[in-house]
Amino acid sequence: MSDLVADLLAGKHSALARVITQIENRSPGYREIISDLHQHTGTADVIGVTGSPGAGKSTLVDKVAATYREQGQTVGVIAIDPSSPFSGGAVLGDRIRMASNAGDMDMFFRSMSARGSLGGLSTATTDAVTALDAFGKDKIIVETVGAGQNEVDIVRTADTVAVLVPPGSGDDVQMLKAGILEIGDVFVVNKADLDGADRTVQQLREMLQGRSGRPDSGHHGPTELAPEHGDASDDDLDEEEDESETWNPPIVETVANRGDGVEDFLDALANHGEYLDRTGRREGQARERFAAEIRTLLREDANELLVDELDRRGGIEHYVDAVIERDTDPYTVVDEVLAPLRACLDERRDES
Amino acid sequence: MSVEQEQTERTIRCLVAKVGLDGHDRGAHVIARALRDAGFEVIYSGLHRAPDEVVQAAVQEDVDVVGISILSGAHNTLVPKILDGLKEYDAFDDRLILVGGIVPDDDQEELRGQGVDEIFGPGASMEEMIDYIHENAPER
Repeated sequence: MSDLVADLLAGKHSALARVITQIENRSPGYREIISDLHQHTGTADVIGVTGSPGAGKSTLVDKVAATYREQGQTVGVIAIDPSSPFSGGAVLGDRIRMASNAGDMDMFFRSMSARGSLGGLSTATTDAVTALDAFGKDKIIVETVGAGQNEVDIVRTADTVAVLVPPGSGDDVQMLKAGILEIGDVFVVNKADLDGADRTVQQLREMLQGRSGRPDSGHHGPTELAPEHGDASDDDLDEEEDESETWNPPIVETVANRGDGVEDFLDALANHGEYLDRTGRREGQARERFAAEIRTLLREDANELLVDELDRRGGIEHYVDAVIERDTDPYTVVDEVLAPLRACLDERRDES
Repeated sequence: MSVEQEQTERTIRCLVAKVGLDGHDRGAHVIARALRDAGFEVIYSGLHRAPDEVVQAAVQEDVDVVGISILSGAHNTLVPKILDGLKEYDAFDDRLILVGGIVPDDDQEELRGQGVDEIFGPGASMEEMIDYIHENAPER
């Protein structure tokens, strides 16, 4: 075990911060760190918060974190902001909203940028949650702008997902249909003192009723993690445990900057937590999460292996040239590159 | 991506902090944006931060550069508090500490003695500062 891991487990804040940096940079050795930390995890409640820009996510998270702190619980927050695709730089401003927890070291707040080039933001987020969990945080909040698939993947690291909707955003609510609506376990209409809040609540309610026909009301529907290689999955086992009870996502109204409705929101989160425990879905979600993580890592590592192999064979461009000349086609190229790998695996299988 | 590539492309993280009662943040905004455009990740603190909030941010965000903007003249009071806090959390040695603002020459001497790496006064150019950070960002 490295000194860094030992320091983190001993509760040293700067070690936790450095581990997250190594995760973000994918520094040499970060894998060993996560491996060492894994056995110390599994105790934290992970809450995902997503919603359109300006919905009030950071402000609500600040108030929620402060309330947890008042209850004597330790909190870790990961706030993800977009980075510029051109310079790679970013201004991470979510910290500005963390006024209620100023100077409180047991409220660990970390900004992460969606570094496009490194990819695998969901992997980095999962690993950062692992670090916070191993550190001993009771509650971990992952906050991100809900804009696309990347964000949907990120909030899947959470046990409970809250989706924030600002009022008067009729079109935004329409937009939510494309993916965000399905992942929410709790919906929050923030800035509920503004005109149009009632209407937004009404629209949300109608839309949520529309989704009740789904086979599994959890955000970890059986289809989204369908095995890609045809391997038998045991995800199905978990479906039988309590088929009768489904979760109807509540809609909570808050005015985050005044702190109104924060208690209701926390109650809703707690209710969902109890529901997960009661139905055994918490375990099911954890299984799916680990399965997804293994698949993602396999894909990334296999991809890296193949990039090296492509380089060794003279780079992808030379294959592209051949494809453009119609000398060959993409499928044949893939078969050719993968052939040694397949042969090797067959050989090993025979041996064992 | 190979290991070498990852290391050379390591993203530098900077905290741009406004501390104390000084409400002049135009300069800090301009600097935050320039650093962003230079490819850094910038964490902006917001106005009116107490020294322990700046320490909290510098430690938790694990920034390479702590940039403190003070235009109020209170640097002799506030900067040492931040430096002490960073030392307390073992986050002083491998961090570049920069101060921006109006700091008289005599005070500059003293701040450097306490551990401030560089002070940028009026007239300092963005390029100067960005180059300085590139050259002096701590190896980790």
